[in-house]
Amino acid sequence: MLIQLSLIILLAPMLGFLVLIFAGKKLPRNGDWFATGLITLSFALSLYLLITKLTLHHGEAITGTMTWVVLGNAAEAGSLTVPFGIMIDNLAAVMLVVVTLISMLVHFFSVGYMHGDVRYSRYYAYLGLFSFSMLGIVLTDNLLMMYIFWELVGISSYLLIGHWYEKKSASNAANKAFIVNRIGDAGMFIGIMILFASFSTFAFGAIFDTVAAGNLPFNSTAWLTAAGVLIFCGAVGKSAQFPLHVWLPDAMEGPTPISALIHAATMVAAGVYLVARVFPILTADALLIIAYIGAITALIAATIAITQFDIKKVLAYSTISQLGYMIMGLGVGAYTAGFMHLVTHASFKAGLFLGAGSVIYAMHNALHKKNDHHTDAQDIRNMGGLKSRMPVTYWTFLIFTLAISGIPLTSGFLSKDEILAGTLAFGTLSGHWLLPIIGFAVAGLTAFYMFRLLILTFHGKHAGTTSLDDVVESPKVMTIPLMVLGALSLFVFYSFNPFGASSGWFFAAIERPASVVPALMQPATSAVFHDAVSSMHTLAMVLSILIAAAGVLFALAVYQWNKVSADRMASSLGFMYRGSLNKWYFDEMYGSVFVNGTIGITKILRWFDENIVDGAVNGAATVTSRISVVSRWFDNTVVDGLVNLSARLTEMTGTLLGKIQTGKVQTYFIYIVFSFIVLFFLFI
Amino acid sequence: MESTFLQWLAEPGLTHYLMVSAILFSLGLLAVISRKNVIMVLMGVELILNSANLNFIAFSRFTELALDGQMIALFVIIIAAAEAAVALAIVLNIYNRFKTINLNEISLMKG
Amino acid sequence: MELQLFGIGILTWIVFIPIVGVIIVLLLPDEKRNAIRSVAAAVTGIQVILAGIIFKYFDRSMLGINDASSFQFLEQYKWITVEAVPWVGKIEITYFLGIDGLSVLMVILTALISFIGVISSWNIGKMVKGYFALYLLLVTGMMGVFVSLDFFLFFIFWEVMLLPMYFLIGIWGGPRREYAAIKFFLYTFVGSILMLLVMLALYFSVAYTNTATGETIHTFNILHMMNPANYVDGSILAGVDTTWRYVAWMALFINFAIKIPLFPFHTWLPDAHVEAPTPISVILAGVLLKLGTYGLLRISFPIFPDGTIYFMYFMATLAMISIIYGAFCAMAQDDFKKLIAYSSVSHMGIVVLGIAALNTQGMVGGVLQMFNHGIITAVLFLVVGVIYDRTKKRGVNDFGGIANVMPRYTGVAIIGMFAALGLPGLNGFVSELFSFLGAFSSFRWITIISVTGIIITAAYILWTIQRVFLGKSPDEYLALPDLTAREMVAFVPLIILIILLGVYPAPAIELMNTSLSHLVELITNGGN
Repeated sequence: MLIQLSLIILLAPMLGFLVLIFAGKKLPRNGDWFATGLITLSFALSLYLLITKLTLHHGEAITGTMTWVVLGNAAEAGSLTVPFGIMIDNLAAVMLVVVTLISMLVHFFSVGYMHGDVRYSRYYAYLGLFSFSMLGIVLTDNLLMMYIFWELVGISSYLLIGHWYEKKSASNAANKAFIVNRIGDAGMFIGIMILFASFSTFAFGAIFDTVAAGNLPFNSTAWLTAAGVLIFCGAVGKSAQFPLHVWLPDAMEGPTPISALIHAATMVAAGVYLVARVFPILTADALLIIAYIGAITALIAATIAITQFDIKKVLAYSTISQLGYMIMGLGVGAYTAGFMHLVTHASFKAGLFLGAGSVIYAMHNALHKKNDHHTDAQDIRNMGGLKSRMPVTYWTFLIFTLAISGIPLTSGFLSKDEILAGTLAFGTLSGHWLLPIIGFAVAGLTAFYMFRLLILTFHGKHAGTTSLDDVVESPKVMTIPLMVLGALSLFVFYSFNPFGASSGWFFAAIERPASVVPALMQPATSAVFHDAVSSMHTLAMVLSILIAAAGVLFALAVYQWNKVSADRMASSLGFMYRGSLNKWYFDEMYGSVFVNGTIGITKILRWFDENIVDGAVNGAATVTSRISVVSRWFDNTVVDGLVNLSARLTEMTGTLLGKIQTGKVQTYFIYIVFSFIVLFFLFI
Repeated sequence: MESTFLQWLAEPGLTHYLMVSAILFSLGLLAVISRKNVIMVLMGVELILNSANLNFIAFSRFTELALDGQMIALFVIIIAAAEAAVALAIVLNIYNRFKTINLNEISLMKG
Repeated sequence: MELQLFGIGILTWIVFIPIVGVIIVLLLPDEKRNAIRSVAAAVTGIQVILAGIIFKYFDRSMLGINDASSFQFLEQYKWITVEAVPWVGKIEITYFLGIDGLSVLMVILTALISFIGVISSWNIGKMVKGYFALYLLLVTGMMGVFVSLDFFLFFIFWEVMLLPMYFLIGIWGGPRREYAAIKFFLYTFVGSILMLLVMLALYFSVAYTNTATGETIHTFNILHMMNPANYVDGSILAGVDTTWRYVAWMALFINFAIKIPLFPFHTWLPDAHVEAPTPISVILAGVLLKLGTYGLLRISFPIFPDGTIYFMYFMATLAMISIIYGAFCAMAQDDFKKLIAYSSVSHMGIVVLGIAALNTQGMVGGVLQMFNHGIITAVLFLVVGVIYDRTKKRGVNDFGGIANVMPRYTGVAIIGMFAALGLPGLNGFVSELFSFLGAFSSFRWITIISVTGIIITAAYILWTIQRVFLGKSPDEYLALPDLTAREMVAFVPLIILIILLGVYPAPAIELMNTSLSHLVELITNGGN
């Protein structure tokens, strides 16, 4: 029953995609109601499914499979079948609700935001494709399907980033997103191949069972670690982790609701979901790598976010940073906390983006009315003082900012606090103290740059040249989703205790799965880790509140009360400031090393192909034709010469003999008589 | 000696005929080889043929061949007549074409 | 399974019905162009129907490969028999047609692509009669290669294909057509000669004993050549792992590698594609390239399992180079057709990588990739053809913003390109997936390096999409008409197949997996 339900949830957006792509323009209102209705249906069913799952089938995973292809008899594996399957465990059920909820709200929000767009129905079609693929990732029970939907979300992300493809920057960003993701995906694909080559199956359950039974890929733990790390590469790409984080800020070229749905709340979180899914086969080494990648990402992105002026870029870097947090959380073993941060982050970050969208929408309309087409509607230096003009947007934005900064009473506080406690616990267990240090530093930075954004956008006075008198609050269809998300960013939805999530339903529903790797390679077990977390929890909480408060106060001091000059600070930290402003030069570095390197290689290979390989072919042809010239000479002079010589000899003989042929009958007669006489004497 | 020669002359036998025939043949051959006129050459041929006839008849007369020789001689005469007719026709044609019957001037087959 | 029409087997029909078409076309007067085109369309249409019948009645459970009794739609007649020559014995060349899981997909592909080629040949105006006569002759050659089981027959069809292709490129091609045609001809002809030599060597080495009469019969029958027991003691190719067998394997491989084409034998392809008219490019990429890999699977692998195993790393290395190298070269091209030509090098490399793995996954993936690549490149070349017809330009940088001007065309083109990129849900992905999966089990590092090729592929395809379809449309292109009904007829079946096989490839895989598993067993057991 639940399987069929999940299939409806999965396929409803796909139906929307198919109908809208073929008939979108013929439908009334370009079919937005159709797509929105379908995703609302999916959401309602998901919610029902989650409640049913948590109440009636709490501990078990519901699965259903069908055969996709049969490959025939393989030498070792017997009849090789590749099944498709659905698995609904608590993780998937929670994720389903998150995805459909955010997707539904974005559908509603887009009715206002995308109103009058040239490709309005196409936009909703792609949203449907995205929702379908994302739900596929959530529901699948095997790595192959995961990879398939993984690529499909990539392509829908590509299509949506490039929605306004007339802009060169948009199509560039779309390409960059897809290609950078492809790099991660290639790694993931290799990881999947390692597992499949060894176990002949893609299914999570079967792989875990086989590893638990002591089978290792190619009989080596190194390959198991490699498989884990390679699969994690997929997450590095999709979740924009260092060093593949460069695509996400550029992806902000897409429409803002897309940024909210795909590039903040759901798709980028798929990497975290993937790590959570394959968690049991990750060895301690792999997890350590994952944790450090997450930490580095969080730090780098947070330091960049501080200096950006584009409202969406700030949010993009903050997304990367938060994703790094989640990855780090999973890496240190704080599985539930990491996943919980995914869920809480989904609502408040989607809210932030939608809020930003609301601001941009209002700014854009206001500037348009003033016939100002030059001022950037996304630059926070052109904003300021919007608080009174857009009250709903402001208050919801404030809630989201508090949540992301980790201020108590918000959902963000709960999850962030648990991750930080987890890193501290990991520090005590393994001695890697760098991780908690980075964690807390990033928490402070986050509070600072988020409040900087809030203050520059909504507080103070307007600083730009064009007057913003025409800025008005966005329509209801846009503000209601904000309010819903604002409500969801409060603590009560996750735990009734505002200072600890571990007693809430979420921690009860999502438990860290037991590791299946050989004992020597295992991370600290749940029980050990849990004890360490308990002992660290109070410390983590106090520290995180203090640091967040410090960050907030500093932001207020700089931007609200002007106690400290931002410019002077920037110039005193010259090198650091420039680095941060220029995103630590990652794009330039990748551009000159990888992009130009690749283009260089292509040019060299093209030259090689046209001149060396083809040159060899043409050279062979030339040599052949040279040989033919020589052979022609030989033929003409030597071979033909011999023939001519014999002819000439014959001719000469003929001429010579012709002399005795006088044409006079009597001469001949004399020859006859003479010959007769000679013969007569010879023979007789 | 003289008497024997005269005696030999007075008693004609085979040898005499052969002698005459040989002389006739030689004269014919000479005519064929040396005369420039085609008609004369043809006449030489006739002489040669007649010397042969003489031989046939002589051998027929003086051996046991009965009348075979005479028969063949008659044959030859008939053939010679036909031959002469054909040959004269050719000569006429030659004359029409070359306006001459001088053999030295008819040398189209010269190599 | 036997199917007959008027007492003639279905395979003979499908092979020779284009010849009937050739005769009708030649009898028609020059001016009746539409009649000539219709005849060609009808003939190839009948082929598609016959292929459909074959698809329906094909028994998915029969092995084929080296077992004559499990081939389907079998036809075997004595063709050339020379009685008892001293010291050689009896010579036998048979008219031997049959298909198994390996060839059935190729037959279907050939029929389909030939039909679509005719549709897209509609606007060829130069010497219509000659064009279609040669075209149909070419179709017979291709179809014949895929169904012959006698090496002699195989060789004849192989050569029959060569000459029409030469003229089709050399007469109806672009500015450098003579160069391209001669290059194509010489290249493939060198391969043919090598194959001829191997064929003769095999012929003198293989003899079977007729059980009824006890005669020793030399034969060109490919199935007999697969049986090690049939090799005459002391003959040149007798034994296992001998130098001569390796040499023969290599000679065959070079012939097929030229057709595939594998690095470094690929340089005829870009030239031929650039100069060939659109439908010929479609045929060339859609079917002709598959003959190379098909030949490997039908002839090299089962006849020389020892050589195949000995050279499998060699094949995989060349395949790897082709994948990466083709992708890089494709990225560097400005000419749309050249770009697709190089992408073919890259994608056919995946086929070779898959089949070189000598396991079921790789083999299935490789053969499926042959089919899929046929469909996908056909779409891509048609895409180029459409825009070239309208603008007489082919440079990737000459366009921009076509998406706004020709939305239907863009949709079709983007589906084709995404399929080439290996996007899941489209057919290219499935076959690449299984090829790589199979290859990884056999060659770990080679496959890992090859996988990076898919990144480069993504890069050049997206870059091409960006340059051609995205951005603002130049004014000169604003009035371009979208796809016509005739063009849609050519595109729609291919697009449907791309999506269908991407979502649910089982119907295609079912056709071949029994035979291919058997082939894998045959090779790994060394021919027994």
